[in-house]
Amino acid sequence: MRTHRGTILAACAVGLLVTSGPAMADQDEMPSIDGVKIVTRVAPPEGHPLTEIISGFEFRTKETQDLELDDFTNPGFLMVEQGEEAWSTVEGSAEKSCESCHGDAAESMKGVRAAMPKWSEAAGKPQTLEQHINSCRTERMGADAWKWESDQMLGMTAYVGLQSRGMPVGVDLKQGDMQSWWEKGKEFYYTRVGQLDMACANCHENNYGNYIRADKLSQGNSNGFPTYRLKWQKMGSLHRRFKGCMDNIRADAYKRGSDEFIALETYLAWRGQGLSVETPSVRN
Amino acid sequence: MKVFRRSMVAGCALLLGMSAAVAQDIVAYEVVDGTIPKSLTGTPGDPVAGREVMVDRRLGNCVACHTAGVFSDQQWHGEVGPPLDGVADRWDEASLRMIIVNAKAVYDGTIMPAFYRNDGFNRVAPKFAGKTIMSAQQVEDVVAYLMTLKD
Ligand code: HEC
Ligand code: HEC
Repeated sequence: MRTHRGTILAACAVGLLVTSGPAMADQDEMPSIDGVKIVTRVAPPEGHPLTEIISGFEFRTKETQDLELDDFTNPGFLMVEQGEEAWSTVEGSAEKSCESCHGDAAESMKGVRAAMPKWSEAAGKPQTLEQHINSCRTERMGADAWKWESDQMLGMTAYVGLQSRGMPVGVDLKQGDMQSWWEKGKEFYYTRVGQLDMACANCHENNYGNYIRADKLSQGNSNGFPTYRLKWQKMGSLHRRFKGCMDNIRADAYKRGSDEFIALETYLAWRGQGLSVETPSVRN
Repeated sequence: MKVFRRSMVAGCALLLGMSAAVAQDIVAYEVVDGTIPKSLTGTPGDPVAGREVMVDRRLGNCVACHTAGVFSDQQWHGEVGPPLDGVADRWDEASLRMIIVNAKAVYDGTIMPAFYRNDGFNRVAPKFAGKTIMSAQQVEDVVAYLMTLKD
């Protein structure tokens, strides 16, 4: 019988907790990419709504997983390469490239994706990776801002994100007013929207592990973004995914980069804490 | 006993409807002890049409969440809701009609959408604002099909 796997999964997770303590999943069984261990299951801190935090990776088929586990087969690397090229390309009136200020991305960008979104004193709100990149472009390079879902932005967020691969997601809620954005994101996560009247939690908290038509529901974690989605045949941002989920439930989706989506991203980063950054992940 | 009269909603939605979709009228129905005993339309449901509605993505899309032996021809089966085999043994027609019209009246906090409701939602996409997912007759058709699912 295949019904209600989510419940069974949860029950198993509780079982594991009792027998093996909070270490839960065996670290040796975690996948690795290019020698870097990817933590796909992790014990949540106290007060977290889940019994185990699980990456979207675990809900995909072996074929899809294998694509992600090898950078040569990972279709997201085409854009990573574009991002790498753009990193050292001079643009804008200040005649600078990212490299002019940040040097070797492997050094300077390590850990950046893992800590997003980050509080910005100047903006007075949390800023996502896309927004940090654009503020460098407009304020320091004298270049145009990139559109959220442009190839350039996807390439750069993928390239910068890659420098954190394997590092644990860990947003710092003590900065600035992060806490109130977390609260806003949480409220949205549990609010039903759209003609189908569902909240994120209905699918990703109460039903992960269950099939909804052709899709096996994951916990909707953000650690793999931007992700190469086979259905899109393309890399896509986290906010594109948010919009897709809202469209599916016939809700009036917020815009990419909107305060609502920034709040949601802040909350999701907290929900997915401890999972490895998988950028650029492969999903279907 | 509660009576829902919803034609007023249509009027209000029309005012808002300049840019959004024009609201549909919804037939009044009577809820008796958590069931809807009377047909919404008076026209008997057509089970064949009901099955179509249940598998159609844009209508019931019931198989997104439910499976049943009779749907073994479908490529994908949902696991979010219980299998529908034998539902007609578990529920009578009046209860099934209530579950389709608004499952939340039967299951508090359920994920199952309300298929015949056009208000009380949050941030509905303009294209669907003020509309029900299914028509009254489609509800009757689905109920007629569910009534054939006996063990
Ligand atoms: C009707 C069910 C449903 C609802 C409601 C829903 N989603 Fe999803 N979501 C899916 C499906 C199906 C997928 C693709 C498979 C998967 O990863 O779960 C998905 C994927 C995702 C992913 C990608 C996960 C990954 O590892 O790639 C994120 C992030 C996400 N959803 C967030 C959200 C948020 C935030 C909300 C609320 C605004 C939401 N979802 C509402 C069904 C839903
Ligand atoms: C998004 C998921 C979802 C969709 C779509 C959905 N259902 Fe359900 N349905 C459920 C869940 C979950 C339950 C069990 C109630 C609960 O625990 O919330 C349920 C319960 C039922 C029941 C009672 C089953 C029993 O055995 O007692 C019937 C009948 C039913 N649904 C019919 C339908 C029909 C017909 C459609 C389409 C027109 C439909 N459902 C669409 C999730 C869904």
